[in-house]
Amino acid sequence: MPEKAELAQFEQTVVPHLAAAYNLARWLTGNEHDAEDVVQESYLRALKFFAGFRGGNSRPWLLTIVRNTCYTWLRRNRMDDMTTELDEEVHGVDKTTSNPEAVLLAAARSDLVARALKELPVALREIVILRELEGMSYQEIADVASVPIGTVMSRLSRARTRLQKLLAEANPTGARA
Amino acid sequence: MSCRETQELIHGYVDGQLDLVRSLEMERHFRECPACARDYENLRDMRSAMSGSIPYYRPPAGLERRLHARLLAESGSKHDGGWFAVPWKWGAVAAALVLTATVTWQTALVRQGPAEMTMAEEVVSSHVRSLMAEHLTDVPSSDRHTVKPWFNGKLDFSPAVGDFPDRGFVLSGGRLDYLDGRSVAALVYHRRQHVINLFVWPAPERADSGIQATDRQGYHVLHWTKAHMNYWGVSDLNTRELGEFAELVRKTD
Repeated sequence: MPEKAELAQFEQTVVPHLAAAYNLARWLTGNEHDAEDVVQESYLRALKFFAGFRGGNSRPWLLTIVRNTCYTWLRRNRMDDMTTELDEEVHGVDKTTSNPEAVLLAAARSDLVARALKELPVALREIVILRELEGMSYQEIADVASVPIGTVMSRLSRARTRLQKLLAEANPTGARA
Repeated sequence: MSCRETQELIHGYVDGQLDLVRSLEMERHFRECPACARDYENLRDMRSAMSGSIPYYRPPAGLERRLHARLLAESGSKHDGGWFAVPWKWGAVAAALVLTATVTWQTALVRQGPAEMTMAEEVVSSHVRSLMAEHLTDVPSSDRHTVKPWFNGKLDFSPAVGDFPDRGFVLSGGRLDYLDGRSVAALVYHRRQHVINLFVWPAPERADSGIQATDRQGYHVLHWTKAHMNYWGVSDLNTRELGEFAELVRKTD
């Protein structure tokens, strides 16, 4: 293949998304070292597959590959994380009974939010990252996570309900809940 | 709309992902049902409290350079290396399938009509033009009491002009622009190095709507209607912060 030209075009298309790719990998693998490995591997895969990509929005395209690479890595290294039960039913999740003020206080603190988010199953965490940090539309998230758009919304719903609960328990004021 | 349906769609509403009809139905339900309205407010408040609290992990120094070196080496060699010698093909194939997959569950969610799509393109073109021609403002001023009166006599309406320096959105002026076949007010804001153009003009026949988001040519575009006025905000700023801006403007009268 015409390596130089192809590579230049490739880098022009996907290197601008390096921050998004790294951030997603960092959130899914949980540490810097593996995040970097996954990102490098994802870019190599993307390069091999680049001939099949012409036009369109390159960010969801690249993040789909990053996400799949993360999952391959997780299956090899973190089987426990992958087997967390994920009940897709939208049942009447028990309403947070805690006071909303405590949740708001905790939600403003990066350390508590990060800790709560790490406790979510990967399938919920990735949706939160794509929505809240990348500002992606439900449609784009559905493309990246390979689920129907309705599932995106129900996962967001469950993720936020759990976050609310975890943040309420985080108890930032130090008072007894 | 029932409480049950409202609860199912509430996240779509908070995220501005519902179509206009659904958004209006949701808003009507909130007016009639204090319990659902409270759930909505809690959710909205939690999201806004959390915005900015989720760490965004930046790539380590040198990653781009290391990546470039690896890509360069790889594009010169034909054989597969690395720790994914075979399965990368599956990943690539899966990615292709995902992107071409048709999504069935769209009825309740945003599908912008052709009119909105064209409008979004027009708005983005105006934004780009304003940046390229370095003709961002006709009245460069960070004082809304200067900007607002400037429009008097130039437009047949008086746009609300807000300023939110304490939230990091700084008014830097206004200018006249032309959109949708008429003269419109363009208000210019800065967020760090990013420019936000906010276009405002009357929409006498349209009811209030929630904020709808779309992307064009790498720019983010938000649109809503309030008090019979059209609002279109466009920027290269990320959607989350642009959304925060839109919420602030929406609360201004």
